[in-house]
Amino acid sequence: MIKQPRRHRTELLVIGSGLAGMAASLFALERGVGVAQVGNSGVIAFTTGYLDLLGHDGRGFVDDPWQALVRLREDEPRHPLANIAENDIRVAFTSFTRTLTEMGLGYTAPGQRNLLALTPAGTLKPTLSLPLTMQPAIPAMARGLDTLVVDFIGLNGFSAREVVANLAPRWPGLRALRIGFPDMDSGAEVYAEVMARAMEVPATRQRLAERVAPLLGSAQALGLPAILGVHRPDHVHRELQSMLGVPVFEIPTMPPAVPGVRLRELFESTLPQRGVALEPQHRIKRLELLPQGVSAQLEDAYGEVTIEAAAAVLATGRFTSGGLSADPNGIRETLVNLAVVQPEGRADWYRPDYFDPRGHAINRSGVTVDQQWRPLDAAGKPTHPRLFAAGSLLAHQDWIRQRCGAGVAIATAYKAVGSAAQAVRGRQE
Amino acid sequence: MGTRPTRHGPVFETEVLIVGGGATGTGVMRDLALRGIHCLLIDRRDLNAGASGGNHGLLHSGGRYAAGDADTAAECRREGGILKAVAPECIDACGGLFVAVEGDDPEFAARFPQHCRSAGIECTSITPAAARELEPCLSEKVFAAYTVPDAAIDPFRITLENVNHARQLTQSILLSHTELERFVVDGGAIRSAICRDTRSGETVTIHARQVVNAAGAWAMRVAQLAGCSSVNLLYSKGSLIISNARIGRRVINRLRRPGDGDILVPGGTVSLLGTTSETVQTLDEIHPTVAEVDRLVAEGIAMVPQIAHTRFIRAFSGVRPLLMAAGADADGRKASRGFSLFDHESEGLANFATVAGGKLTTFRLMAEKTGNLVARRLGNNQPCKTKTTPLPSGEAIRWTEPGFAPRYWVARHEPGDLILCECEMVPASAIDAIVENAPGAESQMSLNAIAVRSRVGKGTCQGAFCSLRVTSHLYDRQVYDSPLGLRNTRDFVAQRFKGVAPVAWGEHLPQLELAEALHCALLGLDQLADDGGRQPPTGGQDP
Repeated sequence: MIKQPRRHRTELLVIGSGLAGMAASLFALERGVGVAQVGNSGVIAFTTGYLDLLGHDGRGFVDDPWQALVRLREDEPRHPLANIAENDIRVAFTSFTRTLTEMGLGYTAPGQRNLLALTPAGTLKPTLSLPLTMQPAIPAMARGLDTLVVDFIGLNGFSAREVVANLAPRWPGLRALRIGFPDMDSGAEVYAEVMARAMEVPATRQRLAERVAPLLGSAQALGLPAILGVHRPDHVHRELQSMLGVPVFEIPTMPPAVPGVRLRELFESTLPQRGVALEPQHRIKRLELLPQGVSAQLEDAYGEVTIEAAAAVLATGRFTSGGLSADPNGIRETLVNLAVVQPEGRADWYRPDYFDPRGHAINRSGVTVDQQWRPLDAAGKPTHPRLFAAGSLLAHQDWIRQRCGAGVAIATAYKAVGSAAQAVRGRQE
Repeated sequence: MGTRPTRHGPVFETEVLIVGGGATGTGVMRDLALRGIHCLLIDRRDLNAGASGGNHGLLHSGGRYAAGDADTAAECRREGGILKAVAPECIDACGGLFVAVEGDDPEFAARFPQHCRSAGIECTSITPAAARELEPCLSEKVFAAYTVPDAAIDPFRITLENVNHARQLTQSILLSHTELERFVVDGGAIRSAICRDTRSGETVTIHARQVVNAAGAWAMRVAQLAGCSSVNLLYSKGSLIISNARIGRRVINRLRRPGDGDILVPGGTVSLLGTTSETVQTLDEIHPTVAEVDRLVAEGIAMVPQIAHTRFIRAFSGVRPLLMAAGADADGRKASRGFSLFDHESEGLANFATVAGGKLTTFRLMAEKTGNLVARRLGNNQPCKTKTTPLPSGEAIRWTEPGFAPRYWVARHEPGDLILCECEMVPASAIDAIVENAPGAESQMSLNAIAVRSRVGKGTCQGAFCSLRVTSHLYDRQVYDSPLGLRNTRDFVAQRFKGVAPVAWGEHLPQLELAEALHCALLGLDQLADDGGRQPPTGGQDP
């Protein structure tokens, strides 16, 4: 194979392939901005599929995230979500879930209140929008329906008994049962993703329904680990419900899991169709900040690629996705070496108690931005006029404890792309 | 018998009650069981929860004490030899090196062989080049080196073996999570011990003819509960760090007066670097700190430069219970490593004994002396048998050995036997074996208890991920059947975190961040209520 350097030009370069990066590309498309996106999309498979806006306010779970945002603006004025108008957050969130639904992955429309979604341990998690395949759990629990939770022989780390034991105090009508998955019931380990792909075959669905139907008994609803297909989950879900005649809901399994794989494969297949020049399996090696924009170097199987863009949105995430890294002496941003606000020393990164409700200071470290979402240097000046940042890379938020990961990703991507579009096109919002 | 009516709760009868489930307490248990005596051992937490689980597992040749404390050095040499013979499966007879590096006192180094000779310790001088050939990780700045017969010992395995053997011999009983609250003393003897099951809150009453206090760092408190004030201990906190791969083949000691970061001990697939020494006043909240880790790394680099780039997976601390002689200064490094047996007879008790001080290496001797006293008091004339009787090494207790679980799993070759702990390759069948048969299976096994009895949670993920899979399995097997199980998991990961945070940098951070996202953002372990298993009601109801 002859490797030769290639060079692309685009208006906006989105760096990162998590939720923030994907949202940034979609928002750029909506605005008609030419966009290329680079990032090795591993980490998105770790999302649960639940899209949180703000689920915890430091004291406990919140019921009304919009109300909690009002308080957040007072309590944490530097929080990224505190710097975005409520209407912008609504528009961004609604647009994102609507687009996912249009692309084939149905999501509930974000409402006024948080929903309490099921977790693989049988606890509940406040979230704003969830996949349609998981939604029927909400009314089933609210009505206390007699419900059967099924798990599968050989599926490691998911126990229907655990789900039932932990939900029982508030949902007494639950019971657990373990069955074999069609053609995967030898006792050997089975994998949720493999089962999900098998569920796209009508005959497998049929056989699973035949195994489950006689076990339903008095059950008025059925819970399953998230295995209802990868590419057409809503279709698989509808079919199974109609075969069984009861509402069926998925419970996410421990990440990386099918709900995250669905998002990854959905983006990877639909974004290019919609006009994004997507390089999903690669990581930018070097990003040069030039007077007229940015120049990014990466290498794929065919050789060196240079992408020149008038502007860039950095959505590289935190430690897990490699946007931040740390040695014993400090935390740094890995691509451009942006200034990172951080605790004075390593002794201040973590509190002694893991579950301290105030969270750990390291999780609030990150990149700070100006009103246009441009990263600031140590002197408090924008690092570059056309470099923007979005997502969990941003400082002054703790998405893990505040349950605001998707909210920060989507809303800041919306704002950063808005500013980038303005910078590229020189047009007004 | 001077018993009192108690609230609901079990009542036990035994010949000897032993307080403290470390190497010494379990050593006494086995020693007495070998003489045909029934024992009941209680621990307020679980096996090896104190110094027996918080050390580097070094079976001292005695070299380390040769210069300062010849008696302890000779004692270590003798005991090390005995343990190698009776418990070979618990010991890695890897040998040890003492090395002096540039900046260390050459005269101190030059006197080392002579000190070893006085204590009877085999010691061979080798050239720095030969030392680096044996251990390529050594610094080029080594100027003196000696080999000694140091070894590594698995303190968890030893303790489990002790308990297991005592169970086999006399049906002796281990009660974990049983905290001593008071003694009932009458007529110059302890008649019963009133304890509390720390999990259920129930009162547990134990009637015993003899009571042994082997509570390690807590021995002073236990003695005080019996009205005895003769036990005086100095608490010396020591912290250590564990690397993710074994660094040296042998034990590597810095040849200087004991200081921070001067011992590197292999522990199967990992190495342990220690130890700091800091006198503390209290036994509560003993955890390693960032400052201690930084000191250990800085000192360790002088001996083994690659420590600068080593990934450490965990830090941990223990408290050395050192005997304080009257008028002695409070320096933990200089205090005696010897032990004492208190018969408390001058304090008016005829059936109480405290064994305190000492070291992991000398636990058997401590148990022998205690066993001799207790057996004599019971009118039992059987001699001590621990010098020659091998530990039996039962199937249910081999899971702390690195590499045992994967070998077992491969040999068993059952496709349905899922691996629950991926770092250490612990299969579901191993968890089942522990739940059914391991020492402590008398009471309910939890994730914490399984971790003490296996490699679960000891790999690079430090339990962050495998704990969730093991939890699911325990629910499947109905060991857990309520939200209590998940709370146990929460407490387990919170405990492991205390050891991870001080060494968290570099490759740790992606893992730690992901773990916290799973534990908190997804599972909401930070929101588990402590009563009734219900999560707190949702907030946000403000007008």
